[in-house]
Parts: sequence; structure tokens; C-alpha cells
Amino acid sequence: MSTNVLEVQDLQTHLHLRRGVVKAVNQVSFSIAYGETLGLIGESGSGKTMTGLSLLGLLPRPAGRIVGGSIRLNGRELSQLNQATYAAQIRGKEIAMISQDPMTSLNPVFSIGSQVAAPIRRHRHDTDQTALALATEELHRVRVPSPALRISHFPHQFSGGMRQRVIAAMATACRPNLLIADEPTSALDVTIQVQLMDLLDQLQDESGAGLLFITHDLGVAASLCDRVAVMYAGSVVETAAVTDLYAAPAHPYTRGLLASVPRIGIKTERGRLFSIPGTPPDPLDLPMGCAFAPRCDLVKDRCHRESPPLIDKGGREIACFEVQ
Amino acid sequence: MARYLFSRLWQGLIAILGAVLIVFIAQRLAGDPLALLLPMDASEADFEALRVELGLDQPLLVQFFRFLQSVLVGDFGYSYQWQTPALDLILDRLPATLELAVAGLLFAIVLAIPLGVFSALYQDSWVDRVAKVFAMLGQAIPSFWIGLLLILFFAVTLNWLPAYGRGNLSHLVLPAIALGWYPVAAMTRTLRSAMLDILQSDYIRMARSVGLSERAIIWKYALRNAAVPLATMIGVYFANMLGGAFVVEVVFAWPGVGRTVVEAVFNRDFPVVQAGVILSAVVFVLVNLLVDLSYGLIDPRIRHGR
Repeated sequence: MSTNVLEVQDLQTHLHLRRGVVKAVNQVSFSIAYGETLGLIGESGSGKTMTGLSLLGLLPRPAGRIVGGSIRLNGRELSQLNQATYAAQIRGKEIAMISQDPMTSLNPVFSIGSQVAAPIRRHRHDTDQTALALATEELHRVRVPSPALRISHFPHQFSGGMRQRVIAAMATACRPNLLIADEPTSALDVTIQVQLMDLLDQLQDESGAGLLFITHDLGVAASLCDRVAVMYAGSVVETAAVTDLYAAPAHPYTRGLLASVPRIGIKTERGRLFSIPGTPPDPLDLPMGCAFAPRCDLVKDRCHRESPPLIDKGGREIACFEVQ
Repeated sequence: MARYLFSRLWQGLIAILGAVLIVFIAQRLAGDPLALLLPMDASEADFEALRVELGLDQPLLVQFFRFLQSVLVGDFGYSYQWQTPALDLILDRLPATLELAVAGLLFAIVLAIPLGVFSALYQDSWVDRVAKVFAMLGQAIPSFWIGLLLILFFAVTLNWLPAYGRGNLSHLVLPAIALGWYPVAAMTRTLRSAMLDILQSDYIRMARSVGLSERAIIWKYALRNAAVPLATMIGVYFANMLGGAFVVEVVFAWPGVGRTVVEAVFNRDFPVVQAGVILSAVVFVLVNLLVDLSYGLIDPRIRHGR
């Protein structure tokens, strides 16, 4: 096989904090095919961003460490790679990231042109002039108006939406096979969000890259993703094609999550918004067995003793004893 | 940028005017120069005659405006002691002081940049601690004492470098270290905390995520951002060095402005003191103007007036 650009198997990432060890990513497995968009959704603190940073080799140092599992990009194992190799051969070239906040993700004291040209110079070993010319083309590709003029401008002269385009140009300049977008739309106006999502779609169509789209916004995930992986307390609880998941969520957490989305025109009991009872577990002290068990309405004794594995069930994967 | 510079220039002029006023008042409080200028057995009439000749019999306000007028045309009068124009006396010494201050500043910067960057990179490690102790030593030990120790060790015991006077580059080394060690601590700490902030920032994570080398990220992308607070520090301490160099000038027998002014103070040689202090104020303002200009060069947001 291996039309998959990325295969993540039993990935375990720990954060060694002064107060204890956080199992930020706990036995996570998923794969992404070329041209496919996988949504990674979950609440804040569920381990989405740490999963993304694990793939990029950019875990917070010295606290974060990959302690188990494998990350295979085109069959190449990444989890044991050292930082220098990661920087020279993987980041920006094979995997790139579009970050969360466009207002703070560009260096304020360097021109847009030099920032977009930097990865080109680094990975293609072009001269400064060639790299700058290519950077201009990249800005044109992400539809920044009058790019030849704009390359000499600085980040503060760009709007949030335009900065996000610049970031997209910088990330995709060397045509990575995998693009990670970490909440790229959450800091933008809704109209700009739509434009950016169109742009991501276009960039992906052009390059055929896989896209890992990290978000807490179920609506954005529904409109952009082919498949969705739902994370809870560091683990993937359900993976399914996006239409299947939204039509018939299987895992109790996924059902609760979708039921929490307020809908216009649909009155709930006593006119209140639905929420899952209880709170997410303390990441320093995860419960035995299934992490969702304390909040689950289908909970059985076994759920408190063993953690359910992610099992394939008719085209989707679910980690729950009751639903399996 | 032009408006920003204009306002800075205006502030500088007011600062110089303030310096002129303070010098003028301090002079009147310091004692009667006539007692110094005239022989012990001079008569009351001799005193009166000289007082009129020097204009010291006029009301203070008149004296001040006369003083201001002459300052504006660069006329600070003749040194009572040497009988040469006071301004020339100071201008003769100014290059030596500037040379010493610039050398001290270079020493401080060359030391503070690696110390600050590495103590940020290896936060709380032994590198950080050694850097801190080294920098604190310079701040804790008075410069004249550092100067004496340097002379004792490098000039007397090892006989590597000259102990006093101005001449070639080797004469500059010891006084520059004695003068430049003091600001190393403040510069290192400023740079360290700026770098710590910047290395956590989103744009550094972005630079890492496209695979830029750690060397480029630290020494180019991060350091340029840290340069603004560092430039402020450099401006403040450079001005301090110009003013405070006299201790080092005395220890190393360096023929600078500071030493000349101190001697003039002891001899109540008013014109020389006035010229020295006011010229120092002018240099101070010019240095700060240069620092303000450098902000614009470093940070485009300041250049574009945001």
C-alpha cells in the first residue's frame, strides 16, 4: 500500500513538568493519504496541538518527549530523528505548519519577502535573488495583491487575513507533502475564514499534499475535512469519514460533543444548551481505564479497569467497549 | 519618522538648555572666583574693578542671558588657570574621552551579546550562572579598583600592557576594560530576558516550523528583535561612560575631558568647568539621538511611526 503520506502508530508524547508527567498524547494512531484532509478535533487540552508538534519535532523543550510509537512519513521513521536533521530535511520541506495566530506568527523586524524566501533559500539552496523572485511567485499564488511591491513591506503593514496568506505561502513554498494547520481560522473574521479555507483547499489540490487540520470548531471541520479523528484527554476516541461521523456519531464523547453544538431553531429541554456532565480529567492524573468513563452514560465496570483499544468497525474506528 | 526625530531634537535642546541653567546656578553657589584670580594682598578697589570687568556686578538674570549668548556662539571665555580659550581646552581632550568611551562600550557589547544569548539558551544552567557572576563582578567592584587590579596584574606583574597614558591600541585595553565592565551586567540581563521572551514567540516557532537552522533563528531572527531594548541600554550606558570616565581617566592618567574638568573644579576654573559640562550635555543629547535613530533602523514599526 502506502498511498498514505503519514502513518502514526501508538504515538505517546509526555510532558515532564515540575508537578508531574502529563501524558499529552496517549497511544494515538491515525493515517493521512495524499490529498486527504484529516480533521483532528477536541477540546482545548485534549492533545491536538501536542500531536501536531510531535509530528514537527517541535515539542516544548526540555519538557516534551516522544516516549513511544512511531511516526512514518512516506515510510521514513521520524520519531527518533535529531533536531538538526529534522530542521534540514523535514520541516518546511516535507512537513510544514500553518500556525494559529497570524498577528504574532510573522517576525516584526524582517520584510515579508525575506521571510517567505527564507525556507526557499534553506531547502533549495538558491541565491538570495532567485529565492526572492520565487517568494514573489509564492505570494502571487496565495493571492496577495501586488506581490512585487509587497515583498519589501513588513508584517505590520498587512491585515490579519493577508498575514495568514503570507504564512501559508511561507509554509507551502517548498511543496511539503504534509501540511499541518493548527487552528488557522480561529483568530480570523468569519468571511476571512472562508477565504482561507478556500485557499487551503486550492493549495492542497495543487500539491496533492495531505492536510492535518487541527480545530475545536466542528463546523469548520465539517466543511473542510474528508475524515475526522476525535481526541479526548490525549487519546483518539473515534475516527470516521466526516459525513458518517456527523450523521451518526458512535462514541459517547463524540455524541456529547455534537449534541453540545447549539442549533438555531431547535429548542432543547427547558431551553438550555446541552453540555456533557462533569469536566475533563486532570491531565496529571488520568483515571484508570477509559478516560471518558467518569462522564459517560454507558459506563460499565470494565471501563474503569481497562482502556478500550481503537477498533475498526465498518469503515470507522471506535475506542469504546459498549459501542463495539 | 521625521516628526519623531524632530520631537526628539526639540527635547534634546531643552535638555541642553537645562544643563546650561544648572551649570550657571552651580557656579554662583561654588564660591567667589575673584578670590582665586587676585593676589592675597589685592585691595577692595582691585576686587571691584575685576568684578565689573567680568560682569559679575550685574543682576543674575542679566548674567545668565549674557552667559547663554556667549554659549550659543561657542565662547566660554578663557581658562583662569591656563589663559587659553576654555572650549579649545575641552575640545582638545574630547577625542581622548570619546575614544575611551567607545572602546569601553565595544568591550561591554562584545561581552554582553554572547553572555546574554547563551544565558538565555542555557537558562538556569552553569553557563547562565557563570555569566551572571562574571557580569555582577563588573557591577559590584568600583571601576577605580578594577583599574588598579588590572594595572597590577597585566602591567606590573605580567608586563603585557602599558599602565598609563594614551598612545597606541595597547594603551586603550586596560582602561577600556575598567570602564566597560560595569554595564555588562545590565546589558546581559536585558538581552537575556528579551531573548527568553522572543524564543517563546510564535514567529520563532514559525521560523522553526519551516526548518530554518537554529543558528539563523537565534543569531538573526531572535537577536534582531532583542536589539531594541539592547540599544536603549547602550545609549544610557554610553552617556554614563562619557560622564563617568573621569575616575578611570585619573587612574590611568588618561588625558580626557573628565580629568580636565575635575582639575578645573578644584581650581575654581569656571570657564573650563562650564565648557566641559555643557559640551558633555551636547554629546549626551547627540548619543541619545543616535540611539533613537537606530530604533528606526532596527524596527520598521518605529520607522513607520506606529
